[in-house]
Amino acid sequence: MSQLEIKNLHVSIEDKEILKGLSLTINQGEIHAIMGPNGTGKSTLAYTLMGHPNYKVTEGEIIFKGQNVLDLEPDERSRAGIFLAFQYPVAIPGVTVANFLRTALNARRRAANPEDKGMPILEFRKMLKEKMDMLKMDHAFAGRYLNDGFSGGEKKRAEILQMAALRPEIAILDETDSGLDIDALRIVSEGVNALAGPDLGVLVITHYQRLLNYIKPNFVHIMLDGRIVESGGADLALHLEEQGYDWVREKYEETAEA
Amino acid sequence: MQEKPKVTVTRTRRDSAAKEFSFTADSIPAGGLKDVRAKAWNAFTKFSMPINTDEAWRRTDLRFLPASDFKIPQEGAFEDLPVVPEYLLKPLTGEQHGGQITLLPGGSRVDLDPALVARGVIFTDIRTAEREHSELLNRLVGTVVKPEDGKFAALASALAGNGVLLYVPKNVKVETPLHSVLWGPGVDLAHFSHLIVYVEDGASVTYVHEAASPNETGHAMHAGIVEIHVGKDANLRFVELQSWGRHVWNFSHERAHVERGGNIDWIFGAVGSRLTKNFSDLDLAGEGAQGRMSGFYFTDGTQHLDHDTQQNHLAPHTTSDLLFKGALKGKSRSVWQGMIYVAPGAQKTDGYQANRNLVLDDQARADSIPGLEILADDVRCTHGATVGKLEKEPLFYLKSRGIPQADAERLVVEGFFDPIMQRIPFEGVRERFQQAIQDKLSA
Repeated sequence: MSQLEIKNLHVSIEDKEILKGLSLTINQGEIHAIMGPNGTGKSTLAYTLMGHPNYKVTEGEIIFKGQNVLDLEPDERSRAGIFLAFQYPVAIPGVTVANFLRTALNARRRAANPEDKGMPILEFRKMLKEKMDMLKMDHAFAGRYLNDGFSGGEKKRAEILQMAALRPEIAILDETDSGLDIDALRIVSEGVNALAGPDLGVLVITHYQRLLNYIKPNFVHIMLDGRIVESGGADLALHLEEQGYDWVREKYEETAEA
Repeated sequence: MQEKPKVTVTRTRRDSAAKEFSFTADSIPAGGLKDVRAKAWNAFTKFSMPINTDEAWRRTDLRFLPASDFKIPQEGAFEDLPVVPEYLLKPLTGEQHGGQITLLPGGSRVDLDPALVARGVIFTDIRTAEREHSELLNRLVGTVVKPEDGKFAALASALAGNGVLLYVPKNVKVETPLHSVLWGPGVDLAHFSHLIVYVEDGASVTYVHEAASPNETGHAMHAGIVEIHVGKDANLRFVELQSWGRHVWNFSHERAHVERGGNIDWIFGAVGSRLTKNFSDLDLAGEGAQGRMSGFYFTDGTQHLDHDTQQNHLAPHTTSDLLFKGALKGKSRSVWQGMIYVAPGAQKTDGYQANRNLVLDDQARADSIPGLEILADDVRCTHGATVGKLEKEPLFYLKSRGIPQADAERLVVEGFFDPIMQRIPFEGVRERFQQAIQDKLSA
């Protein structure tokens, strides 16, 4: 069973410490949600897990399937089975969705077997159409330049399409609900739910509870000032929805100052 | 008593200036263009070596051009030089050629489909043309590019023993593409070429010309002329590729003259040479004439490529559309300087020019200088120039999907060039550019 273990993680950007000792374990088959106010380090956690070069790990460990993730380049992490759905997907002008996904899939195959000739084009097209149908995407989408001129909803759907095609073992969804209207939110959530199962661990990072109406977490964690301060079941998210974050701030910021 | 120190400033300056060529009037080839060549030689002797106070040469330095070392290849010189590689002779457009010409140092080979000969198409090397089509050749030569256009134009006009005459008679549509290769191996050699393309009214043709040589140690040079006439309602698709060796100093003067309703689709690909200075002018001379210029360049090492383009709207309702895109590696440098000129009375003109550069290394440099000179009042002209770098975020995004760094860079660079690829209707040419991107990135 694949397990992502984050132990006492400290992360800085340009010498400013953002994560201050975060620990979390996610098993395959589990859905975790991290909630917290803006500026608390949620996206820093997402980028750090994927290996963004601007984020420096100063202390702690990330272990995935028994392997030290911090030694791996972002592409190696991806091939090991970690996936990040970006809050702000990056446009790659001139590179079509299909060309990009095929390159990504073939990179996986070649890493496993250097002699691999790549996925046959027909097999690839069939796979891509199936996944696009699942996400109710027009097939013409495959021919568009990746994230270039995409609407907010299209970008998020494209992220889930990539997740469906790359079949990760751990998926981190960073504010996947932001910028989505209710229909898009439903489609994206249905996509995630269709992929969820015993082979996939999911970490949903969100500011609002509404996404969790669609993607039901097994565990909810509250993050504040670079740490997880509360953990519980799905009801913790509902509690946050009703009470907001103020009680968390009062409880933990006062303790910190005391 | 000490001697007074010698004043050496003048001499230093002279040393750092380019040497002059050592060619003489005896270098002029005999043949049917004798008088034209003599006039061009006369023009040549009046030009001094361009220096960087000349506006067109401000960014391209010839001080290290070893001009006096260059010799003209002897007859049959190619027999002792590296042979032209097979891949250069393969068709780049369509299944097969309607005709092919190989221009070699001191020689040439010509092959043309007899069916095209029967329809009056002339596609031959310049020496044969001087013998067999002297009258036509003398009528066409120097009408579009003149020796007075510059030192290298004059030199090529006077001395080019290699070249091509392509003549397509009125209303003849050539279906199969024509292909010529200028292969210029050897060091201390000066290669000269003169292409004359004359597409009569209502005719159409696709022509691919490629200049290439292996990388060698030392120096060599090429000076070339391309003069193109596109007649009324005629259509020319012209692809020119340049993959000169890293030791080659490459100069060219090119101009297309397009008559009423005529259309040229002009594609440039440049990946070779030590230094290139290219002048490419589009003269839209008749009402409704159209021209599209698409340029692809990729430099690395210490290469220096300078493209000087001019879109001249000389008649009403003319349309030009220029897009040049380049990537740069290492300490290489590119210059693109473009001008859209709209003559008085050339109303309803639509001119577009854009130059985009992707600088892949900190020490590479791209200069991009667009320009407009509009002397009519009812026109639409737009231009744009950008110099960008390989951004970190797109690379991280691609890597986060399992794509290794090198492949991620290649994808971004290919994506950058995609708008140029979209303008090229020939699979073989696109493949050649894709191969160039791969080769340059992995170099």
